[in-house]
Amino acid sequence: MTKSFYGTVLSSPLMLGTAQYPSPDILRDAVKAAQPGVVTVSLRRESAGERAGQAFWDLIQELGVPVLPNTAGCHTVKEAVTTAHMAREVFGTDWVKLEVIGELDTLQPDVFGLVEAARVLTEDGFKVFPYTTEDLVVAERLLAVGCEVLMPWGAPIGSGKGLNNVFGLRAMRAHFPDVPLVVDAGIGVPSHAAQALELGYDAVLINTAVAKAGEPAVMAEAFRFAVQAGTLARKADPMEERDMAVPSTPVVGKAMLA
Amino acid sequence: MQIVVNDEVHEVSAKTLAALIDELGYGEARIATAMDGSFVPVPYRARTVLREGARIEIVAPMQGG
Repeated sequence: MTKSFYGTVLSSPLMLGTAQYPSPDILRDAVKAAQPGVVTVSLRRESAGERAGQAFWDLIQELGVPVLPNTAGCHTVKEAVTTAHMAREVFGTDWVKLEVIGELDTLQPDVFGLVEAARVLTEDGFKVFPYTTEDLVVAERLLAVGCEVLMPWGAPIGSGKGLNNVFGLRAMRAHFPDVPLVVDAGIGVPSHAAQALELGYDAVLINTAVAKAGEPAVMAEAFRFAVQAGTLARKADPMEERDMAVPSTPVVGKAMLA
Repeated sequence: MQIVVNDEVHEVSAKTLAALIDELGYGEARIATAMDGSFVPVPYRARTVLREGARIEIVAPMQGG
């Protein structure tokens, strides 16, 4: 079943970050190859002489993909809320990928600050995509303050380790069957993305895995196919795992040669 | 008057945030602003009065993950 994100059905379950590409041209090629449903964007200080922000904005306009601004790098509720407000004005969308970072080694979300920031922003009309963990209690709190999407991490941001806690992600899917769920962070290769979709996740958010590949546009295309494969596999209802072997070739009628 | 813009000290004659943006030469750039940690929406810039030592943040679109 295709779920909507705050009433919007994405054209692809692939959400693609726009950071860390070797050049704007390579970013453009990667986005075209990935055909993502959303691209994530951010805000940074700019002095009057610079035009980097304007150039990036022009590129985003040219690509024509819906944007999801983030609050990356924010460590407090106030910072995240203020950044979200600035992003809403600059990017003209009330969608926000809410990050409140709690720990520098893992970039693990500060889930207490996250819930509070989500509450404040939801009350102010934002449609919040919270970057969270697979903790079900935190997830309940996020939903209670008005979030309609959850984005648990697969592994620490930029680590490329894939789905570190498949049990936890599976539990989250089972516990919230009707909530759009996105694996955000930690995906390193297309098979990780396919796995998330096979588990029933509704989307994946990728950045470093594409941007830091030797050939970003080729990797972007690989992710496009991986999310298609994962989506189809989920629809096809995968077989149950077993602990012991079961022969796939029929044994009836086998020649007696021993 | 001295104010701090994106962590750099500037000597400016502007009295309001809107005037400051003009004075610094941002022109029609797509930017968002905050003063002393609080967001200042576009319609409020003209009536946001600067004071000595104010901390202004000016941000623009940027790549993000």
